[in-house]
Amino acid sequence: MITTQDIQQKTIADLFDQYPFLPGFFEENTLEVDGQINEKLDDFLNILDDEEEKENRAMDKAQVIESMAEYITQMLAFLGEDEDEGVNSITLLPGTNKSGEKEQFEELTINKSEIVCIVGPTGSGKSRLLADIEWVAQNDTPTSRTILVNGEEGDKKWRVTSGHKLVAQLSQNMNFVMDLSVYEFIELHAQSRLVEDVEGVIQKIFEQANNLAGEKFSLDTPITSLSGGQSRALMIADTAILSKSPIILIDEIENAGIDRKKALELLVGEEKIVLMATHDPILALMGDRRIVIKNGGIHKVIETSGDEQNLLSELERMDNVIQNMRTRLRHGEIIRQEDIGF
Amino acid sequence: MNLVTVSGPPSSGKTAVILKTIDSFQKRGLEVGVVKFDCLYTDDDVLYEKAGVKVKKGLSGSLCPDHYFVSNIEEVTQWGIKEGLDILITESAGLCNRCSPYVKSVTAVCVIDNLSGINTPKKIGPMLKSADIVIITKGDIVSQAEREVFASRVNTVNPGASIMHVNGLTGQGAYELSTLLYDEKVEVKTLVGEKLRFSMPSALCSYCLGETRIGESYQMGNVRKIDMEDKKKKS
Repeated sequence: MITTQDIQQKTIADLFDQYPFLPGFFEENTLEVDGQINEKLDDFLNILDDEEEKENRAMDKAQVIESMAEYITQMLAFLGEDEDEGVNSITLLPGTNKSGEKEQFEELTINKSEIVCIVGPTGSGKSRLLADIEWVAQNDTPTSRTILVNGEEGDKKWRVTSGHKLVAQLSQNMNFVMDLSVYEFIELHAQSRLVEDVEGVIQKIFEQANNLAGEKFSLDTPITSLSGGQSRALMIADTAILSKSPIILIDEIENAGIDRKKALELLVGEEKIVLMATHDPILALMGDRRIVIKNGGIHKVIETSGDEQNLLSELERMDNVIQNMRTRLRHGEIIRQEDIGF
Repeated sequence: MNLVTVSGPPSSGKTAVILKTIDSFQKRGLEVGVVKFDCLYTDDDVLYEKAGVKVKKGLSGSLCPDHYFVSNIEEVTQWGIKEGLDILITESAGLCNRCSPYVKSVTAVCVIDNLSGINTPKKIGPMLKSADIVIITKGDIVSQAEREVFASRVNTVNPGASIMHVNGLTGQGAYELSTLLYDEKVEVKTLVGEKLRFSMPSALCSYCLGETRIGESYQMGNVRKIDMEDKKKKS
């Protein structure tokens, strides 16, 4: 815990040296250091003692120092977390459905590198289930469910701190909105996560994304001009490798311009817990289990059987037929009977 | 009665977030009221009425909306108490980024959206920096990475705040927000003597008083000029 006394009398140069992430705080709070790097923090902020300067910048000296101490404390905690403190499993304990009846399962534990699908009609309560997981519900949400992390009651830090979100989301409606190249985009994300080897991470994500995408793209492509498939490939690779959230929630992956099997393998390989809301048979059968939601509650949990898994290869063959035709159309070729291959 | 002030830039999703949160309050049997502050026009009061809550609106017109807010907040509080509300929510738009509509002892919520751009957190003043809870909206339409970067920028300018994502369309996160806003032990009776968290944007020049002509000879009072000098000359 860093207090205001710890930093007030130090020079800015010393503070930057001690806390390499601190220049970001100055930047975001529009504090320009320029030639005053060797001044003590307290002296540097004296500009805010001036009533007019304080009013104009809408910043209060005491508040800035307090906020800085809080920020340093948070960042140190964030950097200090090692892999051991990671999330290895989440466990759902039953609550009730919309009619107040107990849910149809006793205890459901999902381990990392496991894929669980969520099925059920629109409005059946899929969003509520995900919200319960995100909020680490402790019998304090409308469903009365309880979510355990690593078998224990979840820490409340998962609820409202920006660096600790339990769930990362990928959905069909998501777009890139920043005016950046692929390189700048990953760089920005890596910096916000305080990654040390930024260059290495950029290369890794770029390669993985291209490995997933049907059509290749380059590092200087603007992210807003990527195709739907390329965007999803980049979002998945970036989330798998850079997001700190241990659980990835996927809301369908459209079957175009992206290798979905490789995408799931990548997420599982990065030791994520994968939850996938899907009604696509290929994706659903790739899951280890599927949760069926009905009337706001978990109605049953189905293990993907051997028979179902055998069907998967047949489904994938059918899928390949369509994909192949898509590629042929793109290249201006003619579709023939033998392309169907039945 | 509990009192909550909600602010945020125009179109960030304040009303949608409040409506979804009201839903959760009503399910708990709480009596909710809303006072909507705006500048020239609002029809959000109709939406609130539809949701079955007591509502008042106030348009600041030619006045600074912040000044208008603070001049009325006590009357608004008394109205809420008279109506027997359990929780009163005031909603006001941060029309200039210098806005600072929070009272020290009153829960302050700032709503800001992912689409506004990652440099937005540094552009917004006390409205964001002194809020207790920051709600980030429109997370369903931008990438996970952009959400993370945006939230970390918000955290950098206001490390003490609770930061939450709420979806104003589906209501995801709104129930959770409602649990942070209502505390039955809290009882607001009056705001007289309370203080603002930060001074409001100041003004008082000839244009405040209706002047329309351009030119230095028409400018009086609190007037400031852009520094047009070339910075390089300094050295």
